[in-house]
Amino acid sequence: MDSDWLNYSLDLVSGNGCTLSVEQRVVLQTSLVILKKNYNFHRVLLWGKIVGLKEDYFIAQGRGEDEMKDKKNLYSFNCLDWFLLPSVTDSMIEEVSTTAKGHFIGDPSYLYERQKQGEGVEVPEQEATAKVTEENRLAVTVHRIDEEASVVPRGAFIRSPHGLVQMNRSFCGLSRSEAGKLDNFLHFSVSKNLKRKSYQEMADLNPAFDFMDPLSEDIPKGLWNLQFECASKVCVMRSRLWLGLTFYHLPMTPQHGYIYIGDGTKNLDIPFML
Amino acid sequence: MDAQRDRGRQAAAAFKTLMLRSSSDSDLNLYDHLTRLLVQVMDERPHNVVDVIEDLSLDVKRRAYKGEQSPARLCPQTEAAGLMAEAQRRLFMAPEAAEREEEESALPNVSETGFYLEQAGVGLGREEMQRIFLALKQLVESQALQRCRLWGKIMGTESNYIVAEVEYREGEEEEEGNNEEAAEDGETEDETRYSDQNEMDPLPKSTYKPPPEVPKEAAGTGANKFVYFVCNEPGLPWLKLPSVSPAQINVARQVHKFFTGRLDAPVVSYPPFPGNEANYLRAQIARISAGTHVSPMGFYHITEEEGDEEEEIPLDRCEVNPDFEGLPVAEMVESLSAWVHHTQHILQQGRCTWVNMAIKPQDESNDEEEAEEDEEEPDEPEPEVGPPLLTPLSQDTEIFNIPPWTSKMSSTLISEHAIAVLRSNIWPGASAYACGKTFENIYIGWGLKYSGEGYSPPVPPLPQREYPDGPEVVESLDPTLEEELALEEALEEQQAAEEEEDTDEEEEEDDD
Repeated sequence: MDSDWLNYSLDLVSGNGCTLSVEQRVVLQTSLVILKKNYNFHRVLLWGKIVGLKEDYFIAQGRGEDEMKDKKNLYSFNCLDWFLLPSVTDSMIEEVSTTAKGHFIGDPSYLYERQKQGEGVEVPEQEATAKVTEENRLAVTVHRIDEEASVVPRGAFIRSPHGLVQMNRSFCGLSRSEAGKLDNFLHFSVSKNLKRKSYQEMADLNPAFDFMDPLSEDIPKGLWNLQFECASKVCVMRSRLWLGLTFYHLPMTPQHGYIYIGDGTKNLDIPFML
Repeated sequence: MDAQRDRGRQAAAAFKTLMLRSSSDSDLNLYDHLTRLLVQVMDERPHNVVDVIEDLSLDVKRRAYKGEQSPARLCPQTEAAGLMAEAQRRLFMAPEAAEREEEESALPNVSETGFYLEQAGVGLGREEMQRIFLALKQLVESQALQRCRLWGKIMGTESNYIVAEVEYREGEEEEEGNNEEAAEDGETEDETRYSDQNEMDPLPKSTYKPPPEVPKEAAGTGANKFVYFVCNEPGLPWLKLPSVSPAQINVARQVHKFFTGRLDAPVVSYPPFPGNEANYLRAQIARISAGTHVSPMGFYHITEEEGDEEEEIPLDRCEVNPDFEGLPVAEMVESLSAWVHHTQHILQQGRCTWVNMAIKPQDESNDEEEAEEDEEEPDEPEPEVGPPLLTPLSQDTEIFNIPPWTSKMSSTLISEHAIAVLRSNIWPGASAYACGKTFENIYIGWGLKYSGEGYSPPVPPLPQREYPDGPEVVESLDPTLEEELALEEALEEQQAAEEEEDTDEEEEEDDD
């Protein structure tokens, strides 16, 4: 959610009950501007809030030249002092997925531990315990949510011939009937399915817009909940895989954005719930 | 020479008519197109014309195309936004009758609630809360209500539910006859099936009787204390939810499904849910209310009714305490014992008051004593007891190693006027706030309980045991020929032996 439209867009996504208090909004407006200046970001977004048992983390994301690759995530407790989250590596993702479970606590130095099991007959000399700090878990969670659940409307971002992904300044919004279809919304992450498409399907695609996967190809169907809210003016989409992620778009305007306010856990029960 | 020129001119004329022939697909012809193209080239004189001539040709074609407006544009599209706006317009119309009732209106002050909730970081946004406020006003005006409260919002896949908790004025409530009628229809169907088969030999009727259903609680008590109305969007009509039965609550405890947003949708689940989505919604509302409705300690106090036996009727009535002073916010945030539950806990049975299902219904003429003697009393099931009303939250059990509630202050910068906020970790989406003498509970969420690491559905019951194999059931083998012959021989020998004995006895008798 772009920090420039924070006030206005927070009202649009509050359908699932999560808003920010006036005090928090005011503090955010000031601190995000300072953040943008300090880190020299092109754009600063309020990514969302991860709710923990004791404290909540506010997450902001700064975007650089390439919107997809130059991302930096920062967290804060009071919306004023921001700390940079470490960048995520594959080994970190694996460690966190196996070790950290349950709710976030609210303390970035909290250690999640897991005993690694010894293999076979050999008696392990050292009992290896995998340890993961909550800060790393936070970084990995934000990264995974971005990978799996960030949404943009088709045409909002273009890929220049150099490979840079940038905002499309002549995007004037999807029409209302287009906004009702899931295949006009794309995952904002590196495409996984594009290479598997047949040539006939690829002929219809525009390489400047369609370098990301559309939501309609997600398996299982039913991961996304598309509704028109606020007196049917705003197209709001909620993810059921990551409960708490809300995407909004006003048809026929270039306004769109997403925010995650939730407990940071993937909803693995979704096959039972649909 | 002339003949050649004539032939040449003829060929040229023929070719020109060919070029002037308009295409069947578009109204263009080659002659006009080439003319326009060359005129454009003459005007513009682009660099390296021959390389870009195809693009120029396409450009010319595009310009020549006259788009006809399709007649479909003429009919106005009925947009959903337009329909919703029409429905919501009714919310804003001022009431015609200017009569002002002097009684207190049942309408809650949703604006005030919304203001506090916004400070707590919970809420639906100001405009939406205002629309809901007006929709509640419509509800209050259309029904004779004593009390009305915004319970919250439950989200679904196709649309959401806005839920209002309502208490009727005494004597105004309608009885529900619908459920009973449905049950009777089911029985008559079975009877007709059996009567068809009477023409042939009647099939044996099964003597299986399902265990009796635990009866619903009466309206106004326990889980059915309040009546709930839902609507999909403010402006759309409010629909009443049926009262909840213990069987529905028990199945809802085992099932983990999203709501769709349509009240008549079936709930496909294992174990099969007895009812449709309206019943499932009502059951979840009952569970959430029982688990998460809290108030500051002292706001309610238990009224002592005279003449009640101590053991029988549990205290399920609590009233607003007029002497409540309000607790300081810091204390409410720090200790969970400053908050208490003011709704009854739902027992394992699915009700708030326990019913002994082992007692069979009595006939009219029997005295109580006779009935007790006649019955073979099975082991008396132990009555289930839940925590009494107004237990503090500090006694809530932890589930999955997480504390059941998280409490915060709404603002750390201005703590003089902050409010205490309580958030449930077990029913994500349930929150409560308290500030001085006011407090409120609200639920905004998906309607599902936190299920820990993963939800595992209940397994189907074990297959029934078959009749044990014993010699009386097993088919015995027919005796083989040798065995039969051997048996015959044995029998003959026996007969011969008996005859000898008889003859011996006769001889003996003769002797005597």
